[in-house]
Amino acid sequence: MKEREGAVRTDGEPAARSEEGRSADEFHERIAAFEGRSAATAGVGKDPVNLPMIRHWCEAMGDAHPAYEGPGAVAPPTMLQAWTMGGLSGHGDRSEAYDELFALLDGAGYTSVVATDCEQEYLRPLRPGDTITFDAVIESVSPRKTTKLGTGHFVTTRMDVRADGELAGTHRFRILKYAPSRRASKPDPRPPRPDAAAPRRPRPVVNRDNAGFWEGVAAHRLLIQRCGDCASLRLPWLPGCAECGSPEWDTVEASGAGTVYSYVVMHHPPFPAFDPPYAVGLIELAEGVRMISNVVGVPYDKVRIGMPVRLEFLRVDEELELPVFRAGGEG
Amino acid sequence: MKPGEELPPLTIPITRTLIVAGAVASRDYQDVHHDAELAREKGSPDIFMNILTTNGLVGRYITDHFGPGAVLRRVAIRLGAPNYPGDTMTLSGTVTDVAGDTATVRVVGANDLGHHVTGTVTVTVEVAR
Repeated sequence: MKEREGAVRTDGEPAARSEEGRSADEFHERIAAFEGRSAATAGVGKDPVNLPMIRHWCEAMGDAHPAYEGPGAVAPPTMLQAWTMGGLSGHGDRSEAYDELFALLDGAGYTSVVATDCEQEYLRPLRPGDTITFDAVIESVSPRKTTKLGTGHFVTTRMDVRADGELAGTHRFRILKYAPSRRASKPDPRPPRPDAAAPRRPRPVVNRDNAGFWEGVAAHRLLIQRCGDCASLRLPWLPGCAECGSPEWDTVEASGAGTVYSYVVMHHPPFPAFDPPYAVGLIELAEGVRMISNVVGVPYDKVRIGMPVRLEFLRVDEELELPVFRAGGEG
Repeated sequence: MKPGEELPPLTIPITRTLIVAGAVASRDYQDVHHDAELAREKGSPDIFMNILTTNGLVGRYITDHFGPGAVLRRVAIRLGAPNYPGDTMTLSGTVTDVAGDTATVRVVGANDLGHHVTGTVTVTVEVAR
């Protein structure tokens, strides 16, 4: 059991956040070790099956099925899990392994939980007076998954529910333990925090085929490639001419004038360092080639096809400058 | 009752009261199901329906349709878009399989955001003798 203790004692290290790749696999190995272990042993329902709880359930659900009322009433089968819930006083019957697994996930930054799947089979009706007991096992712990809510691990448990000792139903339950994405699905009303460690925009991939383009950007010149044989212009930079195949080329400097040929407004998904919604334009340069960039100086929802724009260079951080286009022509 | 048969849809207004009543009736006191402020702190725009309530509503949809003799045998659901207050969920169902007195129904519950729930329900119905 030494290993288990080691697994829990994370010393507050946000393992999955601070390390990537290989360590994510190692982390998954540690949590997958909980598969097959007990999630709850000899749990006892806090209340026996009873008419008041059945009635409250039916009221909430708007369920008027006659089988759930009157003498001879049975509980709605879908209440199965409700009889096993800890309520406000909590789950006294969760196993050590289950608590350890959750502590490990919490410690790695996966602090939020949401239920995603519930599969129940009903073997015999639950009647008022039945005492509920249950046992549960951790069936699986998924590798790290990225979902709309955030990144995390799915944990599946399978519970056997007994009524007066007789198997009455099975309940397979899947939850996602996740680290919430920074942005809620509606804008956060609070002002953004000035964050020293704010995520930076992705770096361009600079290679021998496009290095000249980025050298131009550094010198505040937007350079278009021109074929050395047929004189076709091309952007982005490529090693050969798409028209004639020639590898010969030189460059011409863009005048900086252009128009919005097309655009999209990004709302979702959010990326670190970008603040949606924002407009991404396909800009047609006066020279006839097109490039993708941000349209600035105009709200995202006021960008229009045909809008005149003018090249400028945006200082993104101390090592990155990008060509962007300001609405309104002359800039 | 035969495969391909479509159940009439059931439209359920997702009120704050329904979300809270369902959470409490299922003894689920997770704050995201009753406290909007704490739900927002956790990255959700508002409180949202818990899975037990969705399960209960799916069960009700099926037994409402198949009548007083209907008995649920299996309910398997998967959640997608959350049910937030002010939304409306429309449950629809298609019978996919019939064996004797037992029907399998594919259920979808859609709200303004998309599919809140997709699932399969197996139900035994009273057959006329």
